[in-house]
Amino acid sequence: MQVQVQLYDNEINVGKCINWVTTSESGGIDIFIGTVRNATKGKTVFKLEFEAYAPMAIKEMHKIADEALSKWNLQKVLIHHRTGALEVGEIPVVIAVSAAHRDAAFDACRYIIDTLKQTVPIWKKEFFEDGEVWVAAHP
Amino acid sequence: MDITLLAFGIAKDIFGASSVTVAVNEASPVSILKEKIELNYPKFKALKSYMVAVNNEYAADDLILSASDEVAIIPPVSGG
Repeated sequence: MQVQVQLYDNEINVGKCINWVTTSESGGIDIFIGTVRNATKGKTVFKLEFEAYAPMAIKEMHKIADEALSKWNLQKVLIHHRTGALEVGEIPVVIAVSAAHRDAAFDACRYIIDTLKQTVPIWKKEFFEDGEVWVAAHP
Repeated sequence: MDITLLAFGIAKDIFGASSVTVAVNEASPVSILKEKIELNYPKFKALKSYMVAVNNEYAADDLILSASDEVAIIPPVSGG
């Protein structure tokens, strides 16, 4: 199995993600770890909530992983995304990619997170002291 | 026919529910459904964009709907 896609509401274990993509043929592993930032445009954020249309989100994440495998020479691709409430510093998303050579790993990892942000039906709500807002909903 | 719309993110706030039912003629395309949605819930016109998903796939405006489809409103995504 070359691809692991998961969506869940408990903590992402980054070490396990790295172990899963590691193979003896790998020359390198690239990992993107998304973290909850404490501010947006100068306003303090104290938590985020992630909501997903789970069956479609999983399907779209599999599509991205398969596209990455067809574009680059990769060994394994892992995409884990969390749902529910996350506080500052917590990890909502991990992308991990292993390849024989680093260029493929770097490029594929970036492609996966960039595409995930554009196509996967997951929504993030930011909570401020004076209110809350669905990110990117309005122009 | 009645189409049940699943709603997520800000779409859920606009509907005030996680699903609503909208009536359209048999064999209506997605574009007609969107017109109905915007007529009944004008706040959708203020969004940056939104998509319709049919059976877990993004749907083009000319896709013909049937009553058994799983239809969801996908406001601008913001995962990651």
